[in-house]
Amino acid sequence: MKLTALIERDLRLAYRRRGELATPVIFFVIVTALFPLALNPEPTLLRSLAPGVIWVAALLAVLIGQDSLFKTDYEDGSLELMLLSPLSLEWIVLLRVFTHWLATGLPLVMLSSLMALLLDYPMHAVGVLVMSLLLGTPVLSFLGAVGAALTVGLRRGGMLLPILVLPLTVPVLIFGAAAAGRAAVGEPAAAPLYFLGAMLVLALTLAPFAITAGLRISLES
Amino acid sequence: MIEPMEFPSVLSVDNLSVWRGERCLCRELNFRVVTGEALQVQGHNGAGKTTLIRVLTGLGRADEGEVRWRGEPLRRNDAEYRASLAYLGHSNGVKLGLSPRENLAAASALLATPIANNVDATLERVGLRAHADMPCGMLSMGQRRRTALARLLLAHVHLWFLDEPLASLDMAGVTLLTEMLKAHLSGGGIAVFATHQLLDLAPFPVKNVVLGTSA
Repeated sequence: MKLTALIERDLRLAYRRRGELATPVIFFVIVTALFPLALNPEPTLLRSLAPGVIWVAALLAVLIGQDSLFKTDYEDGSLELMLLSPLSLEWIVLLRVFTHWLATGLPLVMLSSLMALLLDYPMHAVGVLVMSLLLGTPVLSFLGAVGAALTVGLRRGGMLLPILVLPLTVPVLIFGAAAAGRAAVGEPAAAPLYFLGAMLVLALTLAPFAITAGLRISLES
Repeated sequence: MIEPMEFPSVLSVDNLSVWRGERCLCRELNFRVVTGEALQVQGHNGAGKTTLIRVLTGLGRADEGEVRWRGEPLRRNDAEYRASLAYLGHSNGVKLGLSPRENLAAASALLATPIANNVDATLERVGLRAHADMPCGMLSMGQRRRTALARLLLAHVHLWFLDEPLASLDMAGVTLLTEMLKAHLSGGGIAVFATHQLLDLAPFPVKNVVLGTSA
C-alpha cells in the first residue's frame, strides 16, 4: 500500500511534466521519419531496414529519457529522502524505473506500430515488433537507470550516460531487431523473443541492486 | 510522544575523522548526545557542517572513527537506524510539481511506521493550511521550507538532523521551529542541527561542536 502511494506520486508528477517526458517519444518519431527522407524511399529497401531503424531509434530515445530519471530528485533533495527511507531502496528504485518506463517507454512502444507503417514494415509482423519492444525497452530502461544512478551527481552526466550504457545494450538490440526482422520475412521469432524475456527477468532482478549501489556512491560525496 | 525505550537513546561519535579530498574537516571528533539534548554544529562556511551531518545520517561516510546509535556502530545500509531518524537538508526534498498535501503523502509513504500525525493537522501547525493544495512551485521559498518542516512532524522518530533549518524562514517560522524542537526534545528526542544563529531552546541543554578551528 505504501509502494502504491509511491507509484501514484511518480505517475502524478509524470503527468504534470508530460511535455518534458514527451521529448524522447518525439525524438523517436522524428529519427524514424528521417530515414525514408535520407535513403531512397523505395518500399523494399525501407521494409528491410525497418526493424533495425525502429530498434535503434527506440534504443536511443529510451536512453535519452533515462537522464531525467533521478535528476530532479537529486536537485530537489528527494533522492536523499529516498536513500534515508527505512524501506528497501531496491524496491523504491524498481518502482521508479517502472513508472518512468510507463510514462516514456510505453508511449514509444505504442507509436512504433505507426512508425512501422511509415517504413512499410509488413502489417502481419507488427505484433512481433511491438512485443519485442515491449520486452526490450524495459531492459533498456533498467540499463539506462544504472547509468543514470552513476552519473546523477555529475554536472554533465547527460552525455556520459549513453556512452556508458550503449555497449551494454547491444544484446537487447541484436535480439530485438532479430525478432522483428524474422517476423517480417515470415520466419518464427519465438527464440529471440524468449531471449528478450530472459534479459527482462535478469534486468528486473539484478538492475535494482546496481542502481541502488550507484545512487549510494553518487550521494556519498 | 515517543515510547519509552529499553535502551538509552544515545548518539555518540568516537574519534571521527572526515576528509574532503585533501582537506581534513574534523579530526578525532568525540561527542555524545542523549535523549532530550540538542547538538549544535557550528563553523564558518565551508567548515564541513553539512558533511558532518550527512555522515551522522549515514548518507556520507567517515574516513575514520565511528558513529554509534544506542551504543551500536552504524552498519552500512542500516534500515533500523534510518527508521529512527528524520533529515532536513539544504534542499527541501519537496517536489515543486506537487502540493504540500501531496508532498506529505509521498513522504509518509517512505516512512517505516504509519504516520503519527494527521496531514491536515500537520499542515495547520506549520501554517500551510490555506496553501495545502497549491503546487509548491507557486509557493515562496519560506513556504517550501515549512512544507519540509511539516515532514518532520509526520512521524515520531528519535533523531532529527537539520542542516541550516532556518534558511528562508521568517520570524514566525523561526519561532515555529524553536517550538517544534522543544516539543521534540521534551518527548525524549535528540536533535542535531547546524545553524549560524543561536537557538534558544531553554530549558533543554544544547551542546556544541565547532568545526574548522584546527584547520
